[in-house]
Amino acid sequence: MYFDKFDALKNEKLQIMDNTGKILKPELMPKISDEDVLAAYKLMCLSRRQDDFQNKVQRQGRMLSFLSSTGQEATEVAYAMQIIKGKDWFSPAYRNNAAWLTAGIPMRNIMLYWCGNEMGAKTPEGVNVLPVNIPIATQYSHATGLAFAEKYNKTGGVVLTTTGDGGSSEGEFYEAMNFAKLHEVPAIFIVENNQFAISTPRKKATKAINFAVKGIAVGMRNILVDGNDFFAVYGAVQEAIALARKGEGPSLIECETYRIGAHSSADDPKVYRDEENHQEQIKNDPLIRLKAYLIAKKKWSEQEQTKLDAEQDQFIKDEFAWVEANNNVDLKDIFAYTYQEMPDFLAEQYEEAKAFFEAYPSKGGHH
Amino acid sequence: MAVLNNIQALTHALDLAMEKHQNVIVYGEDAGYEGGVFRATVGLQQKYGEERCFDAPIAEATLVGTAVGMAINGLKPVVEIQFEGFSYPIIQQLFTHVARMRNRSRGRFSCPMVIRMPMGGGIRALEHHSEAMEAMFAHNPGLKVVIPSTPFDTKGLLLAAVESPDPVLFLEPTKIYRAFKQDIPDEYYTLPIGEGYKVQEGTDVTIVTYGAQVGDCEKAIEQLKGEGKNVSVDLIDLRTIQPWDREMVIESVKKTGRLIVVHEAVRSFSVAAEVIATVNEKCFEYLKAPCARVTGYDIIVPFDRGEHFHQPSVQKIVVKIKEVLDYQF
Repeated sequence: MYFDKFDALKNEKLQIMDNTGKILKPELMPKISDEDVLAAYKLMCLSRRQDDFQNKVQRQGRMLSFLSSTGQEATEVAYAMQIIKGKDWFSPAYRNNAAWLTAGIPMRNIMLYWCGNEMGAKTPEGVNVLPVNIPIATQYSHATGLAFAEKYNKTGGVVLTTTGDGGSSEGEFYEAMNFAKLHEVPAIFIVENNQFAISTPRKKATKAINFAVKGIAVGMRNILVDGNDFFAVYGAVQEAIALARKGEGPSLIECETYRIGAHSSADDPKVYRDEENHQEQIKNDPLIRLKAYLIAKKKWSEQEQTKLDAEQDQFIKDEFAWVEANNNVDLKDIFAYTYQEMPDFLAEQYEEAKAFFEAYPSKGGHH
Repeated sequence: MAVLNNIQALTHALDLAMEKHQNVIVYGEDAGYEGGVFRATVGLQQKYGEERCFDAPIAEATLVGTAVGMAINGLKPVVEIQFEGFSYPIIQQLFTHVARMRNRSRGRFSCPMVIRMPMGGGIRALEHHSEAMEAMFAHNPGLKVVIPSTPFDTKGLLLAAVESPDPVLFLEPTKIYRAFKQDIPDEYYTLPIGEGYKVQEGTDVTIVTYGAQVGDCEKAIEQLKGEGKNVSVDLIDLRTIQPWDREMVIESVKKTGRLIVVHEAVRSFSVAAEVIATVNEKCFEYLKAPCARVTGYDIIVPFDRGEHFHQPSVQKIVVKIKEVLDYQF
C-alpha cells in the first residue's frame, strides 16, 4: 500500500496529515481506532512532560545526563504501539523515551537508569525490550539476530529497531540490514532522522538524497515518511509488520523528524542550530498536529488537556519520588551479574570488598 | 573410540552439539558450504541444512552482533571467526554487549554463545593470521576464554562451551590443528571450564602453560632428560584462561617452590603476568626462586621469516628451567 507508492529515490515522502492536523490524503489513512489514536496522543504527551521534568531535575543535579525524545514522539509512539507485548521485540537506541513508555517499560525504570542505576535496565518479564543501547547502530545487529531466532523457531514475532540519522554512517547499519535481508528475517529497521548527530547536521552525515535509499544497496524495501505525522509512521510500520509476519522479510523506514531538544541534557543546541530553521521546524511539532486532529474530530478538548496535564505531572512526580527513595545499589549486585554463577575468584573479591566497606563505610555516589 | 586430530575432534563435537541441541546454529565466513578455512565445520551444512549451518557475509561485527540477538532469543549461536587476527571488528559487540548483557539487564537477558577462532602462530601464515591475544579477551569481565591443547580436551571443552550459560571464546591453536592424533570416546562428554589438567606430576618446578605450548614444554622436559638432567616437573595445562585454575597452580607452587609460565602471547599484561601476580599474593613465602616466564616479546608478531625468534621454543623453555633451578638467593 505505502511501500509500492513512494519512491525514495525520487525523494517521495509519505505524508497523510498536514501540520495543522488536517488529513490531506484520506485514502491513505491506516487502520486504527479513534481510541488508539487518543491513547497514542496521551503517551506522546506523557513522554514530552517526562522530558521536561527530567530536564529540570537534571539541572538540579538530581539526575545524570539523559537523551530526550522531545519532537520525535509521533514516530516513537506510532511504531512502538504496534509491538505485541511478550511476542514481538524492540531493540532500541538511547533516545527512545516515548517508545519505551509505549512498549511497556515502567517510567520509574527509565528514570532509575538515567539516575545511574542498572536496576532500571532490568526489563520486566513479558516485555521484550532490550536495554538502552549506548553504542551506535549495534542494536541493528541485535535486531537481526532476534528476528533470525523468531524465524528459526517459527514463533511469529517481529522485531523493531531504530537508530538516528548519525547511526546510518556506522558499518553495522549496513552489515545488519544485509544479513537480515539475506535471511529474509522479520525485522523492521527504522531511522529516526532528527536532523542532528549530536551537533553534526544531517547534511554532513551523507550525500544520499535521504536515508531510506540506504536500503536499496542491500535489496531491502524502503520508504521515507514524515516522522512528525503520526498516521504516516503508523501506516508504514503497520504495513512493514504485516509483510514481516507473512514471511516477506525486512523493511527500512526513514522517519523524518526533528529533535526539538538538545542531544543530551549536557549540550546546548543553540551553539550549532540555526535559529530561523529551528523556528520553522517546531511548527511541525507532532503533539500540536495530533492534538488539532483530535480536537477537530471532537475526540479531545482543552479542558481534557488541562486535566491530563495535571494527572501526568503528578504521575511523573510520583515515579521520580519512588526512584529517589529506591536508588540504592547493593554491593553484591555489582558482582552478581558478571557470570550466571559467581566464580570463586570473584566471590573472593566480593568478600574482600565487603570486608573493606564494613571497615570503611561508603555513602555511595560520587564523593 | 576414534583416532582424531584436533580439527576432526572439533568437527565431531560440533556435530554432536547440533544433534543434541536443536537451538545450536553454526555460522561464519565460509563456514557453511565449504566448512570453514580449516574445515572445522565440514559436512555440517550437508547434514543439518542451510538453516543451521551457513556462510555469513564478510562482516565480523555483525556476525557477533546477530549472535547477541539470537542468544537473547533462545538460540545457541556458535560463530566462527576466520582468524583471531580478524577479531578486532567484533570487539565492540563483544565488550559492549556480549560480556555485559547479563549485568546490564540485571539478569533479564544474557548472551550464551560460543565464538570460535583459530589462534596463534607457527603455521607460516600471512600477517594478521598468527595473533595470540587471549589476555585481551580474558581481561574483559563477563567472558570465558578456553584454549584446548588436545583432541580429547577440544571435544569435551567445546561441548561444555555450548552448554555454558555465559559467553565463551573458544580459541583453537592453529599450529596443533593437525599436528597429532589421539583416541577419543565417541560419546557426548564435557570437561569443566575453569579446571586445569596435570600433564605430569613433579616436585622441582611448576610449569603453567596452555595450547600449543603444552607440547613444547613436554619436549623441553624430554630434552633435559636427554642431557642427563633429571628434572621433576609439575606440568599444568590451564585449558581455560578465564576463569583459570588458581587452586591447582597454587597447590603446585606450594609443593615445588618454583614457577615458570609459558605462552606465545606477548609478555606485558599477559596471562603469565596474572598467574605470577596471583602466586605472589597467595603463596609468596613458598617461593625458592623468582617466578619466571617464557613468552612472546612485546612486539608485533613477525612475518614467517622472523616468527621463530618470537615463538617460545623448546630451547627457550629448557634454558629458563635451568635458570630457575640454578637460582640462588
